Amino acid sequence: MTAPSTNTAKPATGLASLLKTALINALVALVLFSLMVGIRTEAGSDGQLTYWTRFGELASLVAVVFGGSIVIELLRQWIGPTGAERLVPPAVQSGMSLIGRYLTPALLIFTVLVPVIFYDQRYILDLAILVLTYVMLGWGLNVVVGLAGLLDLGYVAFYAVGAYSYGLLATNFGWSFWICLPLAGILAAFWGVLLGFPVLRLRGDYLAIVTLAFGEIIRLVIINWQSLTGGPNGVSGIPRPSFFGIPLDNSDDGFAARLGIEYSPTHRIVFLFYLILALALLTNWVTIRLRRLPIGRAWEALREDEVACRALGINTTTTKLTAFATGAMFGGFAGAFFATRQGFISPESFTFQESALVLAIVVLGGMGSQLGVALAALAMIGGFELFRGLETYRMLVFGMAMVLIMIWRPRGLIGHRAPTVYLTKAQAISSDLVKEGHG
Amino acid sequence: MSGDKTGDKILGVDRLTMRFGGIVAVQDLSFAAERKKITALIGPNGAGKTTVFNCITGFYKPTGGAIRLTHDDGRVIALERLNDFRIAKQAKVARTFQNIRLFPGMTALENLMVAQHNALMRASGFTLLGLVGAPVYRDAEKRAIDLATEWLRRVNLLDRADDAAGNFAYGDQRRLEIARAMCTEPALLCLDEPAAGLNARESAALSELLLSIRDELGTSILLIEHDMSVVMEISDHIVVMDHGVKIAEGTPREVRDDPKVIAAYLGADEEEAVAVMESGT
Repeated sequence: MTAPSTNTAKPATGLASLLKTALINALVALVLFSLMVGIRTEAGSDGQLTYWTRFGELASLVAVVFGGSIVIELLRQWIGPTGAERLVPPAVQSGMSLIGRYLTPALLIFTVLVPVIFYDQRYILDLAILVLTYVMLGWGLNVVVGLAGLLDLGYVAFYAVGAYSYGLLATNFGWSFWICLPLAGILAAFWGVLLGFPVLRLRGDYLAIVTLAFGEIIRLVIINWQSLTGGPNGVSGIPRPSFFGIPLDNSDDGFAARLGIEYSPTHRIVFLFYLILALALLTNWVTIRLRRLPIGRAWEALREDEVACRALGINTTTTKLTAFATGAMFGGFAGAFFATRQGFISPESFTFQESALVLAIVVLGGMGSQLGVALAALAMIGGFELFRGLETYRMLVFGMAMVLIMIWRPRGLIGHRAPTVYLTKAQAISSDLVKEGHG
Repeated sequence: MSGDKTGDKILGVDRLTMRFGGIVAVQDLSFAAERKKITALIGPNGAGKTTVFNCITGFYKPTGGAIRLTHDDGRVIALERLNDFRIAKQAKVARTFQNIRLFPGMTALENLMVAQHNALMRASGFTLLGLVGAPVYRDAEKRAIDLATEWLRRVNLLDRADDAAGNFAYGDQRRLEIARAMCTEPALLCLDEPAAGLNARESAALSELLLSIRDELGTSILLIEHDMSVVMEISDHIVVMDHGVKIAEGTPREVRDDPKVIAAYLGADEEEAVAVMESGT
C-alpha cells in the first residue's frame, strides 16, 4: 500500500508521518475549536457574562479531525503519489478518456429523449430546461474565459441585455421571438464590444474587477431607468414563443388544434426544451468550429502568450474584442430564451450570483472543454436540486462536494486540451502545460 | 535585380535613442543591416542590445531617431511609426525572444499555424467563410499545414509535430520558435540570443539552420548573440555596442581584432586590452 516513490514529491508514507500529520491537524483543530466550541458564553440574567465548558463536544470534534486526516491521507496514498500534481493515476485517466469518447453521443441521445421519457414529469422537464440554459451560458462564457483566457465576472450583463432586448421589443413593438432572437444576440455582442474597449489594457484581477463592475452597472441601469425598463417591477407579459408563427395554446389555430391532437400545456414546455437544446447545440457547434479557425487559434494563443501573439502580427485588440462579442452574443441568445420562457423579467434575475455561478460552471468543467462545461452545469444545477432534501445542510454538502472535486481534479472535470489540428494523431495535451490566461 | 547588388540595405537605423526616465539605454545608435545577409549585434550584458531589438520590433517606442525598412520592391517603411503587431503584419519583421515565448499548451503544428494567422484570416473571409467551411479556406488551411510541415522538417521536429510545445527540450523549443517566426514569411528575421543555453552540437546545428535561411530563402537576419563561435562563424557584419552606443562595426575579423571591443568585453582600459591581446597572440 506504499505509494511508489516519485522524484517530484517527498514519499511521505509510513505510519509515523501519517500519525504526525494527523496529530498536527488535530492540534490545529483543538486550538480553533477550544474557543469556538469548547467554551460557550452567554449574557446572564443580570447582564453579566456567564460561561460553561463543553469539553465533550470539543474532544469528539478533535477526534473526528484526527481520524479524518488519517483516512484522507490513506486515500491520497491509495489514489496516487502524494504531492503529485495529478492525483489520478494514468490508467484511470486513459480509461476515462475512453469513456469520454462514448459519453458525448450517449449524453446527447439521452438529452434528446428527455421529453419523451419524462413527458409527464413537469418538474424534471423544467429542471432540464434550466440545466440546458446554464449549459448554454457556460459554453458562451467558455469562449471568453476558457479559450481567450479573459476572466469575465460580469457575464450576466449580456444575459440581461438579451433578456431585456427581447422583453422590450416584444412588449413594445410586438415583434416575434424569431426576429428578436438574432437582435438580442447582436445587441448583446454590441455591448460586449463596448465593454471590451475600455478593458483591453487590463489584465487578470483588474480585468475581473472591471467586468464585475460592468455587470453591476447594467443591473443598476435596469433598476433605475424606470421609464424604459419598468425598474424593479420588471417587464411582464412577455409573449411566449410560437412554433414558427403557430401559437402553442389551446386556441382554434393553435398548435394542438392544427395537428388535431388534444391540447396540453406540456407541449409548450417540450417546445421550450427543444428550443434551448437547439440554441445550446448551436453555441457548441459554432464554438467547436471557431476553435479550428484562425480566430479560435488566436484566442487560445492569446491565452498562452499575448506578447508572442503581437510578435507574430496578431491584432490582439480585435482578437480580444471578437472573443468578448462572441461570448456576449451567446449570452444574449440565452437571455432572450430566458425572457420568453419566464414571461416576466426583473433585475433580480441578473445579480452577480448568476455570473459567479456560470463562471463556477466553466472552471469546474475544465476551462476550454465543451463536454466538461456541460457536465459541470448538470452537476451544479442538477446537483443543487438533488440536495434539496437536505434542507439546511444543502449549501454545506454542496460546498463540500465542490471542494472534493477541486481536490480530485484541480483543473476541472476535463482539464486536458484537444489540439485543433494535427498531422498524424491528435494527442490530448496535459492541463499542466495549458495556461489559464491572465487577462 | 536591385535586390542583389551589394550594399543594399534592408534595415537602416539612424540616430536611435531610447530613454527610460533618466536612464539612456541607447544613444544615437546608427547602423545598417544588408539584404540577404546576417548582421550580428553584440556587446556585454546591459549594453542595450535587446532595447534596440524592442525598438525595431515595435515593443518600445523610440525616444528619438529613425528606423527604416526597405522591402524588395522598394517600399520604405518607417518602423518607429508603426506599433506593435503592425510591424510583424505589415513590415514583415519577425522576432524570437531571449526567454523563449512559445505557446506551451499548443502543439508544435498549432504554434506554426498561429504564426500564419493573418494569411489564414484573409482566406477564411475573416471567419465567415471558414465557419461555413468554404473550399477557399480549406485549401488555404491545407497550404498552411504544408508550410508548417516544411518548417518542422527543416528544424528537424517533424516527428514531434503533434506534441505540446511545452514538452519540448530547450534546444528544440529554440528551433521551433525560429520556425514559428519563419512561418510569418518575414523579410527580416530578428533573433534575440538564439544560441543561449544550447550545447556545442546544438549551436552548430543552429548555425547551419541560420545559414540555410539566408542562402536558400534569402531572408535577412539580425541577431543578438553572446556565443562568439556562432557569431564569428555565420555573421557577415557585426555591430558592437557598449553602454548604449556603438563602439565598433565591421566584418568578424575586423571586430575580433578591435582593441575597443576587447576592452569592452574584458572591462579594461584600451591600452591594457592591447597589451593583453598582444601577449595572448
